[in-house]
Amino acid sequence: MPKVPLIGEVGRVADEGLEGLDHGFLTGKIEDLVKWSRARSCWPATFGLACCAIEMMAAGGAHYDLARYGMEVFRASPRQADLMIVAGRVSQKMAPVLRQIYDQMAEPKWVISMGVCASSGGMFNNYAIVQGVDQVVPVDVYAPGCPPGPETLMHAILTLHDHIQSGELTRRREPGVEGAGIVIDQRDGQTASQMILTR
Amino acid sequence: MGLLDSVRGFGLTFGKLFDERVTTEYPAEKREKSERLHGRHVLNRYEDGMEKCIGCELCAGVCPANCIYVRGQDNPADDPVSPGERFGFVYEINYLRCIHCDLCVEACPTEAITESKLFEFSFTSRDDAIYTKDELLVGDDGKPQQLPWEDWRDGEDQHTSAWMRATAPSGDASYEGRVAWAGELGYGTRDPEVGQSGGDGD
Repeated sequence: MPKVPLIGEVGRVADEGLEGLDHGFLTGKIEDLVKWSRARSCWPATFGLACCAIEMMAAGGAHYDLARYGMEVFRASPRQADLMIVAGRVSQKMAPVLRQIYDQMAEPKWVISMGVCASSGGMFNNYAIVQGVDQVVPVDVYAPGCPPGPETLMHAILTLHDHIQSGELTRRREPGVEGAGIVIDQRDGQTASQMILTR
Repeated sequence: MGLLDSVRGFGLTFGKLFDERVTTEYPAEKREKSERLHGRHVLNRYEDGMEKCIGCELCAGVCPANCIYVRGQDNPADDPVSPGERFGFVYEINYLRCIHCDLCVEACPTEAITESKLFEFSFTSRDDAIYTKDELLVGDDGKPQQLPWEDWRDGEDQHTSAWMRATAPSGDASYEGRVAWAGELGYGTRDPEVGQSGGDGD
């Protein structure tokens, strides 16, 4: 079947999704509404890996109450989750699982790297731990601390809410160097990957 | 198992409806921090405005997470930055590595680095997480700088050094009763902590 060139609005929408639309008053307001509702019902996927998960659970409990942000339901299924809070150190064995869970989540999806172990390996500078979860999944917000307290996590969540409300509606992110700035260059015929620090 | 057990269960739930709420509405208010919480670091100055850091790199050496990067340099003779021979001209802390163990504070021979109570901060990129000397050093009033991505509240800049005053260098028990805290810009010589005697035998 020959490809029919689409023209005008239809063509741009086909190519670029909703981003291709010219923003009139109505679509602009709808975009605001969609962003607002996304920020206020951001269900996290359960991904507690270590001690940070205890603080994450504390944030969900009565004293901090994530339900105030519409986030109290930690979904066991990634299909129902919008946000992955990577809480704890990610071992090399867990990294493919983490990536799979991330891939199974429906767009739009966001990632919070909670704690220094998830963010950079922290004090576990050894062969077993991934030195920064942003080598595996794209991270939107980093929460520092070992572990971050519930209020630090909530600060990260509020930062993410700002990010969602001010960010692009559909387009996720530009492909390219993100996160740690580490490019893994796989050459032909080599099994081991070579890591090049680009900056 | 009685017939009215479920009713009794709901009764408990409804009774709790009128109890006082325990939730802290975080963005509106914060919970009280404990006295010696380890938060974001500050680099202190002496009362005359000189920097306390002498660039000895002991903090970087003791750091178990290798999050501190210091480089010392000879003080310029005409305009010294710190009293003594050298000063830290590069001081960086990576907050995506720091585990807030306070070992740098204990290692510091001049009380230059202490930890404040500020723990509510987060970053959207890794570059933002590396604090340089510009961000860590206290301002001209001796108070920690309140950076836009940090959530400071009133009075939180008062507590930047509690832990050090209650512990002794290398665990010396005779430190008890002796407040060996150097004068600090904005605070002067600090009072002893609650539970620590003030030095006059009180």
